[in-house]
Amino acid sequence: MPAGIFDTYPLAADRFDEMLAERGKARPHWRGLVERLQSLSDQLLDRRADFVRDAIESDGVTYSVHADPKGTSRPWELDMLPLVLDGDEWERLAAAVAQRARLLDAIMADLYGPQDLLLEGLLPPALVFGQPGYKWPCHGIRPASGRFLHLYAVDLGRSADGRWWAIGDHTQTPSGAGYALQNRIIVSRAFPDTFRKLHVQTLAAFFRGLQENLARMAPSGGETPLVVLLTAGPFSETYFEHAFLARYLGFPLVEGRDLTVRDDTVYLKTLRGLRRVHAILRRLDDDYCDPLELRSDSALGVPGLLGAVAAGRVLIANALGSGVLESSAIFGFLPAISERLLGEPLAIPSVASWWCGEAPALEYVLEHLDELVIKPAFASMRMASVFGHTLKGEARRQLVESIRAQPHAYVAQEWVKLSQAPVWTGRAERPLASRSVGFRLLAAATPNGYAVMPGALARAAPSSGVEVLTMQRGGLSKDTWVRARGPVRRASLLKKRLGVIDLLYTGSDIPSRVGENLFWMGRHAERTESSARLLRAALSRVSESPEDSTAELAGLLAAARRIGAVPDIDAQGAAEAPPLASLEATLLAAVSDLRRPGSVAANLRALSENALHVRERLSTDNWHVLNRLEQALHPAPVTVDQALAALDHVMLSCISLAGFALDDMTRDEGWRFLIFGRRIERLAGLAGLIAMVLQADEEECEEMLEWLLEAANSIVTYRARYRRTPELLPVVHLLVFDTSNPHSVCFQLHSLERYMHRSEQELGHPPSPLLTAISERLRHFDLTLLEAEHCAPGRAELAALLAEAEETAYALSDDMHRRFFIHTAKPAVVEVAA
Amino acid sequence: MRRIRYHVRHDTLYRYDQPVGESHQLLRLLPRTLAWQESIAHSVEVCPEPSRAKNFVDPFGNRVRALHFEADHDELSIRSEVWIDLMSRPMPDMAASPPWDTVRESLRYKAGHSISREMLEAATFRYESTYIRLKRDFADYARASFPPGTPLLVGVEALMRRIFAEFKFEPGATDVSTPVTTVFTSRRGVCQDFAHFMISCLRSLGLPARYVSGYLLTRPAAGKKRLIGADATHAWVSVFCPGTGWVDFDPTNALLPDLEHITIGWGRDFGDISPVRGVIIGGGGHEPEIAVTVVPEDEFASVYGAADDLPFELRPTPACSA
Repeated sequence: MPAGIFDTYPLAADRFDEMLAERGKARPHWRGLVERLQSLSDQLLDRRADFVRDAIESDGVTYSVHADPKGTSRPWELDMLPLVLDGDEWERLAAAVAQRARLLDAIMADLYGPQDLLLEGLLPPALVFGQPGYKWPCHGIRPASGRFLHLYAVDLGRSADGRWWAIGDHTQTPSGAGYALQNRIIVSRAFPDTFRKLHVQTLAAFFRGLQENLARMAPSGGETPLVVLLTAGPFSETYFEHAFLARYLGFPLVEGRDLTVRDDTVYLKTLRGLRRVHAILRRLDDDYCDPLELRSDSALGVPGLLGAVAAGRVLIANALGSGVLESSAIFGFLPAISERLLGEPLAIPSVASWWCGEAPALEYVLEHLDELVIKPAFASMRMASVFGHTLKGEARRQLVESIRAQPHAYVAQEWVKLSQAPVWTGRAERPLASRSVGFRLLAAATPNGYAVMPGALARAAPSSGVEVLTMQRGGLSKDTWVRARGPVRRASLLKKRLGVIDLLYTGSDIPSRVGENLFWMGRHAERTESSARLLRAALSRVSESPEDSTAELAGLLAAARRIGAVPDIDAQGAAEAPPLASLEATLLAAVSDLRRPGSVAANLRALSENALHVRERLSTDNWHVLNRLEQALHPAPVTVDQALAALDHVMLSCISLAGFALDDMTRDEGWRFLIFGRRIERLAGLAGLIAMVLQADEEECEEMLEWLLEAANSIVTYRARYRRTPELLPVVHLLVFDTSNPHSVCFQLHSLERYMHRSEQELGHPPSPLLTAISERLRHFDLTLLEAEHCAPGRAELAALLAEAEETAYALSDDMHRRFFIHTAKPAVVEVAA
Repeated sequence: MRRIRYHVRHDTLYRYDQPVGESHQLLRLLPRTLAWQESIAHSVEVCPEPSRAKNFVDPFGNRVRALHFEADHDELSIRSEVWIDLMSRPMPDMAASPPWDTVRESLRYKAGHSISREMLEAATFRYESTYIRLKRDFADYARASFPPGTPLLVGVEALMRRIFAEFKFEPGATDVSTPVTTVFTSRRGVCQDFAHFMISCLRSLGLPARYVSGYLLTRPAAGKKRLIGADATHAWVSVFCPGTGWVDFDPTNALLPDLEHITIGWGRDFGDISPVRGVIIGGGGHEPEIAVTVVPEDEFASVYGAADDLPFELRPTPACSA
């Protein structure tokens, strides 16, 4: 092999090297790639490394490390160099993985059925009943498809003599398929010629098989099967993969709240109604899937799901309760079980393991601690693996004591010295480093056994000498190329180049949750803006001349209470204005106290939570505004001037959001719910405020008109139109009846009627009769009643109508909630006042 | 053999802050049929009427009624009524039971040795579960009642009596979520806590123990009338003794249940056998109000009278009665 980047590549004597048979000699199946790398200049290689990094970034591939709402997701780490596996060797490996999948599937069937393995002493009851992963409520359930495991992953490693070992099984919600596919898409583009020349087997057929077989094996009763991918949501650590896979496979990506179980049948709640779900590919752990029968404190799952599975009405992949097989404590029992259940010897050995619950094993483990890795037997123990040789003194004494006290809770494994492979460092002095690598292989159920993905998610240790391969601790991932004997036909399920994460709700079935979050996003945005406007009117009076504005301030405070920005308990003699200092404190709290429901800060928080759930529907600019909006109250303002500045900022951003809503979003059914939310909230807020003003006595009422115009964002229009101090009749006309004023009551009503009509056509729901009724009655209100010198009866009549309009807004909101979001029946006919 | 017939009325009432649009409920209210217990008649009335209902048997053999509601409701009331016969059961000869350490040894896993279904069932109840912890502290506490070679049931009875003597029955001191470790340190609680603690002790020694849910006949104070709704659900412990089967112990009252304990069912702990378990969507949850009345047949007329529309007073009660 000629000189070049391989000269400085370290070759460990006591390890198997994936690439080199010996110094200067590449293994035959690596030769094409090695030669290609040698032919490229350092610059060209660097450019490819850049390409890989950029692609990860622009595709938004992430892995959330701590899975918290602050979004510490970080870019996925991908090495540009693939691993190469020989085709013949692959065949043997794939057959062994398929066998292991069959075996684990058969064990599941036994453990949740006759339990012969336990009766015959082939598996200790402690490793089943003692596992939190064993779900008693699932006992006796036969999956509709006949399979417990539809997707299975196994971590393999290669020891110094080149033999393969199974290190860990993933039977519950195996991850890695999506990342492997994403890696392939990027790395194959970094080395397109080599990829073709080496006849690398493609992954698409595996995914097509998964897609087709889930649909084929689902209990569909002749209907076109709907398969969904169930995620815990944007905070789960592999959320990127959920979204990516869902889109690639064409399955709607849903959260627990999107589904409902009625009559043992699972339905997807969409804006157009309930659609039956026939199969669920889940990425949600057993515990969280059904709060009714599994963990009751979980809010992520679908109540009644287990009942639907038991009734054979839905396929769930993998079966509920499959977490029980993820403990490596069962490794030692697999060879005998394989003989018993399959009548075959186990084709791929598991790493030698000793479950300490057996007395001879315990003695062996304590004697050979230095050569072993100690692991928890039960996943619930949340204990990290410990390399025996790293333990000294007190720590060692403690571990030994714990093992002796609860031997059945520990398992020891032989320490496999993992094989080495090159990773690109880009450093001139040593462009290629060598790292320990492990392979995650995936298998998917077909009607005749298991198909194994011809590739793998390979992971490399973060530095040399490190043996633990996890993406949490800074590991690198690698693409894995399996060579075929001849040319390979290309096919992909992807229709287009993928972009930024985008949930795949194509077509018209928008999940109700999306509509609901848009609806509340609209309501919270509107509520934030209106409370900010009102508080600004109050604070600016406090800041300028509080003595001259006592009466106005009393009214403003009452208004703030009316809209919920100031809690009722702060009321001290409703008519009296409170002392200035306490008024200031009250108003500042109404701006920035997050603990007060109704404060601007609390509304903002609610707004950003809603936005987070529909992030994929918001443009980058829209998202930026939302992000900045959240910053407006950080740090919390402590003086009146700071609060005024912050409120200005909030209001400007709110106006931008309103602009985005009208001019930046696709006008589909989902969008209409955003507008519904905005109009309903504005209708309720405005009608309520005006009613309050009209109910005051005549003198107070006059005092309130100026700030009412400010709060309703109509002061400029009023001045331009009338050029005089506010008077009742023109103010009422502008704020209630003027349909050209987007801040009038009637504008909201008309706009709602128009959009409801549209919804009626698209979603097939009859419009609510409430709107038309109140519109009619407002139209017939005789404005001349307010011309009179003393117009108390007219004011009272209008106030009553407006209070009714406010009620209508809330009733509409409840109605939408029932009809479009949770799909339940109305208890009784809502009374329409005659 | 003595045979006593009881009437049990068990009311559960949820009042929600806001209307609940959708709700799933699982009821475990129908008493099991046992060698010493026969259910004569049983009815469950639910208001509002559920949209759907079905019955099934859970993996522990308990009968479950599943309800689903799909329309807004502010209240949910469930009334279970049962006529049931209890027969006196043979009391085991405690001293003749096998040594506890032999029992534990017989349950230890031996590779390749088959075991009976009865032993496998017992193994179900030997490990941690939602409310049960296996702890060295618990094993140490229990061991005082289990010197090596002690007949199993003698040890269990001694443990039961110690818990009765050393723990204070105090309604309100704990709730459903109070961990059993806290019960151990505070030495206070109600029947459910004592049952969970006693089970934790036994399982920490490696012995199979399960949680039994049911009702207990209470005695009105001298000269007082039996009151409707004055009773409560009860919980106790059952221990597996090879050769004898499962034997019940009531640590709250320091006795072996016989003709005054009505068994609903059992599981690994409360989580497997809570009488009403549900999930509501929308609405604000509250602890339910519960009223239980256990009446021997001969007192039925004097308690309920002839009228059917009895004044029915629901009141919050502690989870158990002593």
